[in-house]
Amino acid sequence: MKTRLFSLFAGDAQADRVVPPTGFTARLTVFASGAMAFLAVFALALSLATGRLAQQWGDALAQSATIRVSAPDGQVDQQVLAVMEVLQTTPGVADARVLTDDEQRALLEPWFGPDLPLDTLPVPRLIEVTEAGDGFDPEGLRQRLAGEAPGAILDDHARWREPLVRAAGRLRLLGGVSIALIAMTTAAMITLAAQAALAANNQVIHVLRLVGARDSYIAGAFVRRFTLRALIGAAAGMVIGLVAILFLPSADVGGGFLTGLGFRGWHWLLPLLIPPLAALVAFVATRHAANRTLQELT
Amino acid sequence: MQQTPGWGKTVANEKRGNGVIEFEEVSYGYSDNGPLLSNVSLKLAPGSFHFLTGPSGAGKTTLIKLCYGALVPTQGRATLFDQDVRQMSRDEIAETRRKIGVVHQDVQFLDHLSLVENIALPLTVSGRNTELTDLADLIGWVGLTGQMEALPPELSGGERQRAALARAVVMSPDVILADEPTGNVDWEMSQRLLKLLIELNRMGKTVLIATHDMNLIRAAKAQVQARVLRISDHRLQLAGADL
Repeated sequence: MKTRLFSLFAGDAQADRVVPPTGFTARLTVFASGAMAFLAVFALALSLATGRLAQQWGDALAQSATIRVSAPDGQVDQQVLAVMEVLQTTPGVADARVLTDDEQRALLEPWFGPDLPLDTLPVPRLIEVTEAGDGFDPEGLRQRLAGEAPGAILDDHARWREPLVRAAGRLRLLGGVSIALIAMTTAAMITLAAQAALAANNQVIHVLRLVGARDSYIAGAFVRRFTLRALIGAAAGMVIGLVAILFLPSADVGGGFLTGLGFRGWHWLLPLLIPPLAALVAFVATRHAANRTLQELT
Repeated sequence: MQQTPGWGKTVANEKRGNGVIEFEEVSYGYSDNGPLLSNVSLKLAPGSFHFLTGPSGAGKTTLIKLCYGALVPTQGRATLFDQDVRQMSRDEIAETRRKIGVVHQDVQFLDHLSLVENIALPLTVSGRNTELTDLADLIGWVGLTGQMEALPPELSGGERQRAALARAVVMSPDVILADEPTGNVDWEMSQRLLKLLIELNRMGKTVLIATHDMNLIRAAKAQVQARVLRISDHRLQLAGADL
């Protein structure tokens, strides 16, 4: 395989000349590999972005918990103090603090507007808990809170975190499946184009065989041509895809997931693998098609 | 062996070995309608000159194709340069074809290449680097010096036949197989082609020409010692001197 790939890129100008330049199969191969490379860039970006997102969500939510204290008037502050005392003696708790009125107002602002009168509403007090190391035992903490502060409810984010991480994982998997499907579609389209070219050049094959050409020589001429076309098309598609990703709106607080659909750091180098991989797919697909066609031709 | 009145003995009882192309009881058929060629035995000795005759559809082209490994016998044994065709790999057949120059009636070229590139094609596919100008003598020999850069569709029938002959001999093969080489050309051109083939035979090449042109055979026999084979009733027979 290594030798064949070397001879592929080393080229054989005379051998390449024996296959006539064909119109539609050339354009089809370049266009198909270009379009597929363009899509592959987005699938790769999607896969990497969802991977990042899953990591962020997992990390951010796994290290924090919230305790909500709802109690009748006059008992709230007392129960908050009780909760804080419990937390101070709970292993695995690094820090705990009561959210200020301003912070709670900011949290509710998207739903109730900026002029929310917190004093007149029975809004529960929120305590943000930061975990240390492997975290605390949520069931043990719940039982202690139930004894010391009956109005306190622990939310360790597990019920939020797990489906989010799972969804992000699925999206990442879908990105990978998309890349595999793109590779298979590229292979199928190039195989069809190669078969069409071989069928159109039946007379050329007949003449080449008549003058003593080996099947590997004939197949090589076709394989080289289709591989180079796929490489050129995929390179163009990759560049266009990268430019499109580059010009996506930059990330901001309100953008969320969509504005994170880019490449970060060394991930910008990953799309450079797409053209050689497309060429490899074209090489294998055309070689298979050529060998099969030549075997069928007597 | 079977005798056919007027056409002498069959060719089956030739001594085995020493032939560049040998058939032993070879049969070939394209479908279930029975063999087109049946129990054909043949030996083309080095430097020999043979004509192959027979009516249209008798199997002349099929026999030529069997001679260069394009077809494999359905029965019997065909050997090319002492190698059994049935045992040869595709690569070995390709290698063997470099020792056999073939000229067909419907000459086929690569239409996108110039005449000189087409003539050099056997050298190209065998990986021999040859300057196209080195072929000037060969192209001059077939009288196509003025058409070196022409594309095949621009050539006349006779020019195509001569170009095909040049392509067939460019590798200096041991055997020349010509299937109706004069079928599409006038008498003068057929004489010219025949002269070239006779020259090749005098250079030691084995020549087999399939033709139904008896005048061509008579003209050749005046210049070269040629044997005439005839396909009749699916069998190959050695014709007599009564042409």
